Amino acid sequence: MDATLSGNQAAQGLATVHKPTGRVSDPIFVGLLWGCGIFVLVLLGLIIAMLFEGGLPALQEFGISFLWSTTWNPVTEKFGAGVMVFGTIFSAVIAVIVALPLSFGIAFFLTEIAPGPLRRPIGVAVQLLAAVPSIIYGMWGFFVVVPLIAAYVQPPLIEWLGPIPLIGALFQGPPLGAGMLTAGLILALMILPFITAMFVEVLESVPSMLKESAYGVGATTYEVYRNVSVPYGRTAMVGAVMLGLGRALGETMAVTFVIGNATRMSASLFAPGATIASTIANEFPEASIGSLKLQALLQLGFILFVISFIVLALSRMLVRSKG
Amino acid sequence: MKFAHILGVAALSFGAAFSGAAFAADINGAGASFPAPVYQAWAAAYKEKTGTGLNYQSIGSGGGQNQIVNRTVDFGASDAPMDDAKLEKNSLLQFPTVIGSVVAIVNLGEDIPLTLNGAVLAEMYQGKITKWNDPKIAALNKGAKLPDLAIVPVYRSDSSGTSFVFTSYLSSASADWKSNVGAATSVQWPAGAGAKGNEGVAGTVKNTKGALGYVEFIYAAANKLHATDLVNKAGKVVKPDVKTFMAAASAADWAHAKNFAASMVDTAGEEAWPIVSATYILLPKNPSNAAASAEAIKFFNWAYGEDGDALAEKLHYIPLPNAVVEEVKKAWASEVKADGKAVWTN
Repeated sequence: MDATLSGNQAAQGLATVHKPTGRVSDPIFVGLLWGCGIFVLVLLGLIIAMLFEGGLPALQEFGISFLWSTTWNPVTEKFGAGVMVFGTIFSAVIAVIVALPLSFGIAFFLTEIAPGPLRRPIGVAVQLLAAVPSIIYGMWGFFVVVPLIAAYVQPPLIEWLGPIPLIGALFQGPPLGAGMLTAGLILALMILPFITAMFVEVLESVPSMLKESAYGVGATTYEVYRNVSVPYGRTAMVGAVMLGLGRALGETMAVTFVIGNATRMSASLFAPGATIASTIANEFPEASIGSLKLQALLQLGFILFVISFIVLALSRMLVRSKG
Repeated sequence: MKFAHILGVAALSFGAAFSGAAFAADINGAGASFPAPVYQAWAAAYKEKTGTGLNYQSIGSGGGQNQIVNRTVDFGASDAPMDDAKLEKNSLLQFPTVIGSVVAIVNLGEDIPLTLNGAVLAEMYQGKITKWNDPKIAALNKGAKLPDLAIVPVYRSDSSGTSFVFTSYLSSASADWKSNVGAATSVQWPAGAGAKGNEGVAGTVKNTKGALGYVEFIYAAANKLHATDLVNKAGKVVKPDVKTFMAAASAADWAHAKNFAASMVDTAGEEAWPIVSATYILLPKNPSNAAASAEAIKFFNWAYGEDGDALAEKLHYIPLPNAVVEEVKKAWASEVKADGKAVWTN
């Protein structure tokens, strides 16, 4: 009986055993996946709404000029985001300017030049840089980098470049060590591994046929790099830089230690400044609930969110336009 | 279903009763970071003696005020006294625990004895006096060889009670500072750079030639930094030491201080160090958990005693004058009540 039925059962099994479970489990699975996807949207939406709603009273109090007003005076309760917005963008741009060529160099060295045994240690070292917690960068920056810059980098630069008109404005003030430049340098180190990792990926995806052809017609290593590898991965590389920029914009603890924390506007690279993230870190513990200061801080958070969003959107656009 | 429901409720209530019993012995407090070292030292000694522990989270004075207003802790701690209206509105009792002092620290590259006063300090922090050999500083230090060095003012970047005390002093000593900058846990500093925490300011001053900073006295001592002498209100040059700190504490006008908020900044005493301040505890007058409030009061009652004073002095804090302690004890007995009954009696 078993034997005679088995063929039938097997045939039915395909139809009846698989299909019913498919009918039940599939919608559940799909539903769960929808849930996961929507969850992110809802969460993000709630965070944005919370920041905006919490910060709204500050925006109403000071009007749209909150965005560029350079006053941040807790005594008189006059707040403006100008200094912090400027500091956030300025320090992140310094970071990218410093990190970009270094990342290019490291990535190209790793993919093209480095002999096999050296590739791994350097690759791991770069990854380890990414694993260092930001507070460690802050401490190291504070105890090691700041005194070095104050003693050996700033005095000669102030002396040589300070008197030059126009660019001289970038090199003014007492050699404090802490300031925009130092913050930018530390940030550069922090975003370097991310940009490098993406560059390596991009460079490795360049078809070896293209490169070999170029070498075949007598191109030098530099020419292959400039005319084959870089153009091939350019948009992806721009995306990588933008992501690095996005990360630099929101970095908090390391920056708080080395930026000098002055809510004053200054064009000088050496002058202490503040970023949105460092200001929130500094002022948040003493901002009492319902105070204008807390509302101004929440509004600052919202502005940072918007800036990061713009940068991220730009990077997506650039990466996508590649295809 | 019904059975499971009952079981669940039973398990929950059992769990609540159990955890309640397990944690009832501990006191929870949060707030000011400046007295945190002495609170922690007290907590350790008290636990050894009585078995009652204290969890103190040093999250800053503002955080301490927020948490006690929301009643998420048994007591809050704040360096700056809370204003009377806010105390009234949230029905909080405020009392001081210990007294601490702030000193000005300098790094001139070499160890020159230095005397400053409030007006000069204010001008240095405003960027109006920019060199160490300025005639105004020289006038206070006749005969000293002051270096031709740029002054780098360093301040606390994080909002802090220390900044409140220091800017209160500058406001008291300089009308110009009072009207243009003012006193608060954080202000818009006209010059210089900010560093995080007392350690940050001490570290920056130590590393930067020409730097000027202000820290709690203990940080100057621990980092071997040069703390300046100051000219006090009576016009006398005073050294930063326990004797002058105590003189300031006893010169304060405690009798007329509402909610114990007596200012010890720039007091008139001949021997008084000018930058001294008490730090405060905030306790609900109508505690929902009477037992926890009673435990907290017992703890501070012990801290006011001999053992507590000895520990505080070891950490360079100044114990409160006895008369003030007696007033605080009276306030505990008469003002902290649960269901109309005092939670603690002397």
